[in-house]
Amino acid sequence: MQLTSDERAALDGRDGPAAALAMRVVSETARMMGAERLVSVESAHIDGCLYHGDSGTLFAERLVEGGGRTSVPATLNVGALDLLHAGRVKLDTRKAAMARRMMDAYVALGCQPTWTCAPYQAGHRPRTGAHVAWGESNAVAFCNSVLGARTERYGDFLDICAAIAARAPDYGLHRDANRHATLLVQCGGLDPRLLAEDALYPVLGAWLGRVAGGRVAAFAGLPRDTSEDRLKALGAAAASSGAIGLFHVVGVTPEAPDIATVFGGAPPAETITLTGAMLRESYDRLSTTSGAKLDAIAIGSPHLSLDEVRRLLTLLEGRRSRLPFYACTGRHTLSALEREGLLGALGDANITLVADTCVVVAPILPNIAGATLLTNSGKFAHYTRPNTGYDVVFGSLSDVAESAAAGRLVRDMSLWR
Amino acid sequence: MIRARVILPGTASGRALKVAALSFWGGVDPDTGALTDPSIAHHGERIGGRMLFVAEPRGSSSSSAVMLELLRNGHAPAAIVLGRVDAILGLGIVVAREMGWPAIPLYELDQREMDRIEDGAEIGIDAEGQLSRLRT
Repeated sequence: MQLTSDERAALDGRDGPAAALAMRVVSETARMMGAERLVSVESAHIDGCLYHGDSGTLFAERLVEGGGRTSVPATLNVGALDLLHAGRVKLDTRKAAMARRMMDAYVALGCQPTWTCAPYQAGHRPRTGAHVAWGESNAVAFCNSVLGARTERYGDFLDICAAIAARAPDYGLHRDANRHATLLVQCGGLDPRLLAEDALYPVLGAWLGRVAGGRVAAFAGLPRDTSEDRLKALGAAAASSGAIGLFHVVGVTPEAPDIATVFGGAPPAETITLTGAMLRESYDRLSTTSGAKLDAIAIGSPHLSLDEVRRLLTLLEGRRSRLPFYACTGRHTLSALEREGLLGALGDANITLVADTCVVVAPILPNIAGATLLTNSGKFAHYTRPNTGYDVVFGSLSDVAESAAAGRLVRDMSLWR
Repeated sequence: MIRARVILPGTASGRALKVAALSFWGGVDPDTGALTDPSIAHHGERIGGRMLFVAEPRGSSSSSAVMLELLRNGHAPAAIVLGRVDAILGLGIVVAREMGWPAIPLYELDQREMDRIEDGAEIGIDAEGQLSRLRT
């Protein structure tokens, strides 16, 4: 692998021990992945600040001790604590202290305390074509697909090392040839009412994650005005059910003005025509139970945008939730809600706001054996059972509002049957 | 003879544990190494000391952190063989090495070759990635 003299100097310790460690981790990853060189990056989004055990805290503190400092703008993904609402996370005292030390270490390294998995809605929007190093699977999918910036799916630790070294391995989705689609997914035959429904997009994403393997897919036939919130839901679901780092939507996303361009002039290696039956199966698979029991509701994975909160309040029509209801979001949305005077309405609706973290990465849900959670998030649907022990039921945002108001599970499945 | 591509070097042996698809985050308990996803084969078993074969590595970038934690607390597999090279698990191993904690080897093996490995068999792997069935 070719390193520049500047990169070699960093490896040799010119910029201190943490910078050398960071460059070693980046170049070793490049070697593992068969990259021939490193690429300069303009920004980073860091997922490594979530506590999974003391090892991650000790690593971040090692970087701080070694004089580590980010050399490009870097935002932080969620931590394991809600720093704005004390007591919301029921982590034991020792783990909470280690999680806090970890979050503090990342801030000490120069990262911005954004604590959100939707940094792209919190002002971190690299330009189309820019090379960046982003972690967190949904953020990676959005960054590549919707912004058209270029990042591989970086794991914890490489993200902060790339932010310190300002370099990433030049492989995978950094390279033109790997960004073209090879799988065409035709959606033109789907019921227009389904295409107009928010809940279609996480269902579509979950389906893609299961079928795509390592391939890049392009969807054709989705509405030209498909919103960023819908693309965010699609990407998050695809990146949790599979290893999707990039997808295209013809006529919508920046690298897919038309089919010829997104396939790089080559014919699709495979074309799949989506049917209602395929989506029905994907919809059903997002639930782990068909029971009617319901104990809690959670939304906001990825973190809710202001628009998504507004839509929830509209659907609730002033009604109060009769179930524990958690809405997970970031500080960027919280301050917008405050500005717009909507925090009172959320309180009146009996909705618990969770900031800086979320219900599948931290112990927040009530401790009830055999409980069931309702969500409209494909990512929550995927991780709720393994991470919280709750069964999960997937529904639309309307189902969420109606169930909250009724205090029991209410799902309109007519679109899917 | 089956030969895997060496991604991170070493030698290892242990009982094969094969899973079709796995995300370490959400799929492996970082405190115990138990497989927590009810939808996968071997749910409830611990991966510690096993030769872990994962045909399709999936999902979250936090899997590096789970890998690192398992290496620090002694619940890591003896080696990992992936159907497709994935930087996320490798990173956890690279960082463990930097921290001075025990590291494990990582390999890549073609899907068809992986199908020839018998689940539960005692398997050894050498520094060149040569797999052998061990007599027990």
